Amino acid sequence: MSTIVLQLFIAGRTPRTDNAIATLRQLVDEHLSGYPCELVIVDVLTDPQQAEDRQILATPTLIKESPSPQRRIIGDLDDADGLLAALNLPPSPPTS
Amino acid sequence: MTAPLFIPITKLPTGIPGFDHIANGGLPRGRTTLLSGTAGSAKTVFAAQFLAAGIIQFNEAGVFVTFEESPDAIRRNMAGFGWDIATWEAEGKWAFVDVSPQPDIEEVVRGVYDLGGLLARITYAVQRVGAVRVVLDSLGAIFARLDNNQVIRSELLRIVSVLRRMGVTAILTAERTQEYGEIGRYGIEEFVTDDVVILRNLIEDEKRRRTIEILKFRGTSHQKGGFPFTVIPGEGVVVIPLSAIELKQRSSNLRIGTGNADIDRMCGGGFFRDSIILVSGATGTGKTLMATTFLAAGAAQGDRVLLFAFEESRDQLFRNATGWGFDFEEYEQTGQMRVVCHYPEAASLEDQLIMMKNEIQSFRPQRVAIDSLSALERVSTMKGFREFVIGLTSFIKHQEVVGLYTSTTPTLLGGTSITEAHISTITDSIILMRYVELFGEMRRGMTVLKMRGSAHDKEIREFTIDGNGLHIGKAFRTISGILSGQFTHAAPSEIERLGRLFKDSSEVE
Repeated sequence: MSTIVLQLFIAGRTPRTDNAIATLRQLVDEHLSGYPCELVIVDVLTDPQQAEDRQILATPTLIKESPSPQRRIIGDLDDADGLLAALNLPPSPPTS
Repeated sequence: MTAPLFIPITKLPTGIPGFDHIANGGLPRGRTTLLSGTAGSAKTVFAAQFLAAGIIQFNEAGVFVTFEESPDAIRRNMAGFGWDIATWEAEGKWAFVDVSPQPDIEEVVRGVYDLGGLLARITYAVQRVGAVRVVLDSLGAIFARLDNNQVIRSELLRIVSVLRRMGVTAILTAERTQEYGEIGRYGIEEFVTDDVVILRNLIEDEKRRRTIEILKFRGTSHQKGGFPFTVIPGEGVVVIPLSAIELKQRSSNLRIGTGNADIDRMCGGGFFRDSIILVSGATGTGKTLMATTFLAAGAAQGDRVLLFAFEESRDQLFRNATGWGFDFEEYEQTGQMRVVCHYPEAASLEDQLIMMKNEIQSFRPQRVAIDSLSALERVSTMKGFREFVIGLTSFIKHQEVVGLYTSTTPTLLGGTSITEAHISTITDSIILMRYVELFGEMRRGMTVLKMRGSAHDKEIREFTIDGNGLHIGKAFRTISGILSGQFTHAAPSEIERLGRLFKDSSEVE
C-alpha cells in the first residue's frame, strides 16, 4: 500500500483545533501504525494561499490526499471510531 | 474645538447606471448590503457589475466570492456585458474566491466546524488585490452545502464584521422564494439588516417587469419605492430612476419653426425649444405628415433631426416624405437626419427607453419625433407605459431638444386615447387633429389645445392635405361638438346671436 497522506487545515490554535489534532494523532498511532503515513498540518491564517489552492471552506478540514480517491472530512472529528471508514481506509493491519 | 459626535455615513458610487441616483449617491461605504431576489432576478449580474463598474470607472479592485457558480461560468456569462474578467484577474484588479460546489470531491461532516478557511481566503484575497469592493454570491448555496444553519449564520456574521473592519463595501446576495414577503431564506436578514436592496422580476399581464427597491439604508437616505430596471447586452443593469428625476429642466423662450407657417401662427410663433408637443388624432388625420414636416424643416435649416418610427417601415416613411417634397435620403446622407425604425414588440419598453436614450445621446439632435407613442402602449402594462413616458420626456427635456410625439386615438371621431390621459400633463403643448363630418363629407379639423407659456389660436380650424403638405383654412363656425365627436350644426344667425351674448355690454355700441 502506498503512503497515506493526510492534511489537516486549521485556522489558528483553538480548542476545536486541538481536538481534531488529538483525534488524528490517536488514529495514526492506534490504527495506522503499520502503514507509511504522513500528516501535514496547515494553518490557513499563516498560509492562506494553501487554503485558496485547496479550496478550503470550513475549518478544521481533513483531506486524505492519498491513496485516491480523495476524501474530505469537515469538523473536529469527534472521536477516532469510524474515522477509518469515513476516510475510506482499511482497518488496522493484524498486529504482529 | 469640539469633536464630531459621529462619523457621517458616506456613500460609495457603484457606477451602475441609474442606481446611484435612486441610492442618493451609492451604497453605504464600508458596509455590507444585502441584495435579495428570486431566481432569475439578476442578482449575480448586479453583483458582478458592482465590481466591473468599480474597476472600469473608479479603478477600484474587487473580490468575488462565489458560492454557487464556478468562476469559469461567471467569466463566460459576464463576457456578454463586455466585462473581461480574465484580463482584470491577470492585472490584479479582480480576484475570485471559489467556494462553488466541487462535485468530484466527497465531503462528510464529523464534529463541529467553523468557516475559518473561507474567512482566511477572503481576507487574503482582499489584501492581495487591495480590494475596495467585495461580493458574496449567493448565500443559499452554502446553506445547502453545509447542514448546520446556526453555525453558518454566526460565521457569516463574523465574515461581515471582518469585512467591515477591513473597510470594504460589500454586497451579499440571497435568494428569496416570493416577490413579496420575507427578505431572504435562512434568517439572514437577522444579521445583515442595515442595508437591504431587493430585485424583483414581476409578471404583470403576462409581461415581465423588473424592478429594484432599496428597502433600507440605515442612517442614510435613499429614494423610496420600486424603480424599473433592465438588463441589456453590453451594459448590464440599467436602472430607470423615474420619480427621482428632478423637475429642473431649463425652459427656453426660443421658438422653433414647425415647418408650416400656418401652424406656427396657431401656436403663437412656433414651438418652444425644450418643450414636448403631443399631436393627437385618428388614423389618417395627418400626424405623420406633421412629424415629417417638423423634422424636414429642422434639417433644411441645418439642425440634426431624429425620428423614431414604430408604425411605418423606413421605405414607407421615405416614400411618403418624397411625396410631400422632402428628400429624407439626402438629409440622411449629409448626417442631418437619423431614422430609427423598430417594431414595438421587438423589445420591452424598458429596453426601448434605453435604446432611445442612447440614440439621442449619440446623435445629439435638435429635434426628435416619435411616431407613434401609442404604438408602444400595447407592449406594456399601463404602469410600465406611464413610467416609460415620464422617463423619456424628462430625458428629452434635459437635452435641449424639442420633442414631438404623435398619438393615435382609437376612434375616428372625437375621443382620446389612454396614452393622452397619461402624458397630457407632462407635455407642454397639445395639438388635436380630428375628423369632422360636415354634410356627408369627412373634413379635417385642427386645434391647439394647450401651449404652455404662450398665447395660441383657440379656434378649431379646418385643414386640408395635398401634395404640398398641410394647409390650414378657416375656423369651423357653424359646427360644434367636434372634439367629442357629437356634431351639431348651427345656423349662422344663431351663431351671431350667441356671439353677442358673450360680448361685454360696453363693446356694444
